[in-house]
Amino acid sequence: MSLQIITQHTTDGVNARALANDVDAQTLDLEGLERIDLNFPKFTDGRAFSQAFVLRRRGFTGDIRAHGDVLIDQLLQMQRSGFSSAVLRDDQDAAHGEKLLSHYKAFYQGDAVQHVPHFAQAA
Amino acid sequence: MYQYTAFDSEFVKARAAQYRDQLTRNLAGKLADDDFRPLRLQNGWYVQRYAPMLRVAVPYGELNSAQLRVLSKIARDYDTPSAELLNQAQTAQDKIGGIDAPSLVTNCGHFTTRQNVQFNWIPLDKSADVMELLATVNLHGIQTSGNCIRNITSDERAGIAVDEEVDPRPYAEVLRQWSTLHPEFAYLPRKFKIAITGANEDRAAIEWHDIGLRLIRDDEGNVGFKIYVGGGMGRTPITGSVIREFLPWNQIINYLEAVVRVYNGWGRRDNIYKARIKILVKAEGQRYFDEVEAEYERILESGAHHTIPQVELDRVSACFVMPPVDVVSDEAQEKAEQALVAQAKADKEFTRWLQQNVTSHQNPGLRVVTLSFKRLGQAPGDATADQLATAADLADQFSSGEVRVNHDQNLVLPWVRIDQLADLYQAAKAAGFARANVHLLTDMIACPGGDYCALANARSLPIAAAITERYQDLDELFDLGDIDLHISGCINSCGHHHSGHIGILGVDKDGQEWYQVTLGGSDGSFLSGPAKAGKVVGPSFAAAEVVDVVEAVLDVYRDKRETHETFARTLNRVGFDVFKAAANSARNTTARAS
Repeated sequence: MSLQIITQHTTDGVNARALANDVDAQTLDLEGLERIDLNFPKFTDGRAFSQAFVLRRRGFTGDIRAHGDVLIDQLLQMQRSGFSSAVLRDDQDAAHGEKLLSHYKAFYQGDAVQHVPHFAQAA
Repeated sequence: MYQYTAFDSEFVKARAAQYRDQLTRNLAGKLADDDFRPLRLQNGWYVQRYAPMLRVAVPYGELNSAQLRVLSKIARDYDTPSAELLNQAQTAQDKIGGIDAPSLVTNCGHFTTRQNVQFNWIPLDKSADVMELLATVNLHGIQTSGNCIRNITSDERAGIAVDEEVDPRPYAEVLRQWSTLHPEFAYLPRKFKIAITGANEDRAAIEWHDIGLRLIRDDEGNVGFKIYVGGGMGRTPITGSVIREFLPWNQIINYLEAVVRVYNGWGRRDNIYKARIKILVKAEGQRYFDEVEAEYERILESGAHHTIPQVELDRVSACFVMPPVDVVSDEAQEKAEQALVAQAKADKEFTRWLQQNVTSHQNPGLRVVTLSFKRLGQAPGDATADQLATAADLADQFSSGEVRVNHDQNLVLPWVRIDQLADLYQAAKAAGFARANVHLLTDMIACPGGDYCALANARSLPIAAAITERYQDLDELFDLGDIDLHISGCINSCGHHHSGHIGILGVDKDGQEWYQVTLGGSDGSFLSGPAKAGKVVGPSFAAAEVVDVVEAVLDVYRDKRETHETFARTLNRVGFDVFKAAANSARNTTARAS
């Protein structure tokens, strides 16, 4: 699953719900939700990474979208944590961001997309 | 030591390439400084008082000689400011006054308490070149700074200590791999440090870490971890609390994932001084522990993907290749020991070196030797380009090409044959590494302080130099015995002043340097007792008073001690107040405390 990079967020009529950073992703009612919007108040505030991971672990298969201070250098971390779309901050270079998503061939640890770590794949 | 796999090497090279792209965009104005800062920090690049600082990761302190030579090359070729910058920096430093200070030093590496290596003068526009050079020998600066899981530290004698229950290195490596570029944990509330030991004696100060891990065996001999969480120094020194008495070894990643995930969600982000996990653990206590256990259960129920299979532990363990050290016959062993005794009788300095800088090894034919980087004329833990190269040569000649950077800012040679000790001593002496002061007063810990660091409130190195100068007499140092003297230039506590038997903390008052002295701290070693922060001795002292304060405190020790009683024990028995009074009596420029 590759992250969809969005430069302009539009309200598209899907059943979406914004989850604040201080709300436990474990408790959100997922019934009928098509998209969950998570927020980065600053790109250095990493709470939404864990929220996305927990939502995917709970089996949520809809869209998880990153909003706020979204920079191209964190897109890979977002994708691996379970985000499926990200609305870039205005000044970001989307084309370069696309390239950065495929910089690494593989990682050591498992994540929201590739559950098993490298060692389990090798073995 | 650990043999890097093709996967590891390729990964480090990819990281260097990623960094070059980020630096290029920053220098071209396409990546703003504020957006670049956290990225460069997670590659070890700070911008300090006068120049950038690079912190190179040394996983659990292990370096091979090829890596040391690259560090030497970096010191020689890159750790050089322009003449103008150096002149400007030195002029600014000279204006501080108050105490004699050594000049700023260039072309030099610096060993840190967390077993890393730092450089103080590399220009930022050369930083990507340096990362590529480091990657040629599998070195990097991944997560040596920033609010992420930092380089994992361990016992300097991991895998060779005679008091070891379980070799911690394979577990440290498994955790290094797990924490490296973890996508979810790159922007935690604050930095996150893990230390791991498998020995009875704690040489890694584990209770002073965000997570401290102790490998133990249960009654049936099964290996597991005792887990401490929430230790840390800084403004609020707290030692870790036990969150698990015994966790089966193969669950360690799953469990730490729970510890860090709950911290990521719950840790404070509104105040940098309250953002470490220690504050969360203190504030929430059992509620935090319960949530970690609940999250751990959810991780197990959802597949426990990071359970470590035995084959993986075996594979990683096999990467720690034992050097091909000859098995010494009993007869040769006895002969070598007799020769040592004879040599030691003839040479008092050699005896002292054997006593202080050499210790026993799991292999009876080998010894563990510490090269001391604590000597007159050089800052604690500093090594010039030439000294780094010489250390590499000594490692090749005497220690199967391996060294360890230790918590006390020295280098340890882990694989020295008993019949080569005398030759090593001569070579180390010629290189200036054989000062027999390991664990003694002058084997002090000091951060770079106000000479280099932008965070420092005061300089550490002139204080370290003044104490080193006063205590040059080895007879006196031996008489004083094992003493932990730790100096930090600010409350961030990189010099671990909280855990020193004698701690010195630089503070700033009205633009001037002052020093708070603490007594009775402990890193958690047998010598020092259970980990705890020292107590403050009254108002802070002027820079020029600090050496006299140290001397006054040591004089009380000499006066009050019982036979063979260490400083730490005497302080404990006689009590803080007697030492405090002596320290305060050394005030001559600051007002005497009432």
